[in-house]
Amino acid sequence: MTRIFAIYIRQIFLLKSNPTRLATVFLWLVIDIIQWGFITKYIGSFGEATFGFVTVILGAILLWGFMSRIQQGILMAFLEDIWTQNFINFFGSPLKVSEYLCGLVMTSITTGLAGFFAVVTIAGVVFGYNVFRIGVMLVPFMFILLIFGIAMGVFVSAIIFRLGPSAEWLGWPIPMMLSLFAGVYFPISTLPPLLHAFAKIIPASYVFESMRSILSAKAFPGDLAVNLLIGAFLALVYLFAASRVFIYIYRKNLESGTIARFNAEAL
Amino acid sequence: MADQTILNIASLTKEYDSLRAVDHISFSVNAGEIVGLLGPNGAGKTTTINMILGILEPTHGSIEIMGRDIRTCGSDIRKYINFAAVYAHLPANLTVIQNLYIFGLLYEIENLKERIRFLLREFDLERFAHTKAGLLSSGEISRLNLAKAIINEPRLLLLDEPTASLDPSISRLIREKIREYMVRTQTGILWTSHNMNEIEAVCDCVIFLSHGKMLLSGNPKTLPSEYGMKSLEELFIAVAREPLCLAHEVPA
Repeated sequence: MTRIFAIYIRQIFLLKSNPTRLATVFLWLVIDIIQWGFITKYIGSFGEATFGFVTVILGAILLWGFMSRIQQGILMAFLEDIWTQNFINFFGSPLKVSEYLCGLVMTSITTGLAGFFAVVTIAGVVFGYNVFRIGVMLVPFMFILLIFGIAMGVFVSAIIFRLGPSAEWLGWPIPMMLSLFAGVYFPISTLPPLLHAFAKIIPASYVFESMRSILSAKAFPGDLAVNLLIGAFLALVYLFAASRVFIYIYRKNLESGTIARFNAEAL
Repeated sequence: MADQTILNIASLTKEYDSLRAVDHISFSVNAGEIVGLLGPNGAGKTTTINMILGILEPTHGSIEIMGRDIRTCGSDIRKYINFAAVYAHLPANLTVIQNLYIFGLLYEIENLKERIRFLLREFDLERFAHTKAGLLSSGEISRLNLAKAIINEPRLLLLDEPTASLDPSISRLIREKIREYMVRTQTGILWTSHNMNEIEAVCDCVIFLSHGKMLLSGNPKTLPSEYGMKSLEELFIAVAREPLCLAHEVPA
């Protein structure tokens, strides 16, 4: 636990010491919520036909932003160690790779939650939107998105660990690409039938479809529990798989010597 | 205590595809002993140190630290090891005290705050405690690296060119600190350097590597004359230029 805390506190020291780092925790989420807040307000002005649109889209933006920040929180913390060429010092110490990953996850949960509560406040104050109207179901929704965000963050970090720092750009478009199939901005039924199967393997799609049902119908759909269980199960499977991939690549790097010379020039 | 083997390496080999970076080397480091690992660039010194540290998997051979095989005892054994190397940067964007605090946590040091205070005093880093490591001079960084390297009072200390790029006065200070520390704690030290005067001054025993092979070993003060050389530097140059001839030469 002490070693996990060491990895965590290192990132907190960095965030505290530099306001620009702190800004990345909030800035994109705030820009997103303000932009979508005004878009939905504008569309809402067309009248009753768009009833529920504001509620659904702002809720989705908030939750998707939370998941993206979790994924990017892990990635940013991992990239910090690449940029400062820290791997020799860290992995030459008693630190286990699983502890290292836990430290990154703790960091991303802290920054993800801080960002989430900041935008929830802004959404409430500026647009009068209260995310807590989703009710108790917010807990399983956030749990699934948290686990899936961690899985994606660990997976992308593993890819960068394998391919080198030049692959770091991979981390940024992934949430955007996934959002197309996760039903964040529109129902999955809008997608061509061929893509429905792809949406079904994304845990987040179960969250957004369920949320849309609850907010627009103002009732719990009959298959809600099953959908959330499938979403949670898939998210846990991805988390397990991503962790295994990261550990496998770490071991491969031990064999190849990459950890000892992990920098942009070497890979 | 003095004869206790801290590090025992047997037939250690590292291969990268067709390249054999380290080729069946065997040696040991005892408690209270400084062993110099010498050789030209690319001889396999850093590869050997990385394998001992556990950040590089050997192809063959064994590494035992305090009688325990590092392949089987996991990362726990690393509580008793530490290292400093010019290429192993401490996070430059953290202050001196934050760096020591984080590594103190990684090595699970008890009474960490007190230990950090001691190290800051010992390495004359008190006035830089809240300075970011990236803003320190080479000499200050070397002192910080060394403070981190002994934060856990290691039984085995690996020093890969700890005084590279330092001026002679700071180099001497660092050497004295390490020697003092070794005498006080009976730590075993493995030291690489290209500075033969330094090696002669601090090491009890030296090992010459070339092309991954162990060519010679012995007392740095007597080894040159055994091979008909005037100094350790001359011997080093001979090893670097004609390693195979030297390997087959019979000591005088």
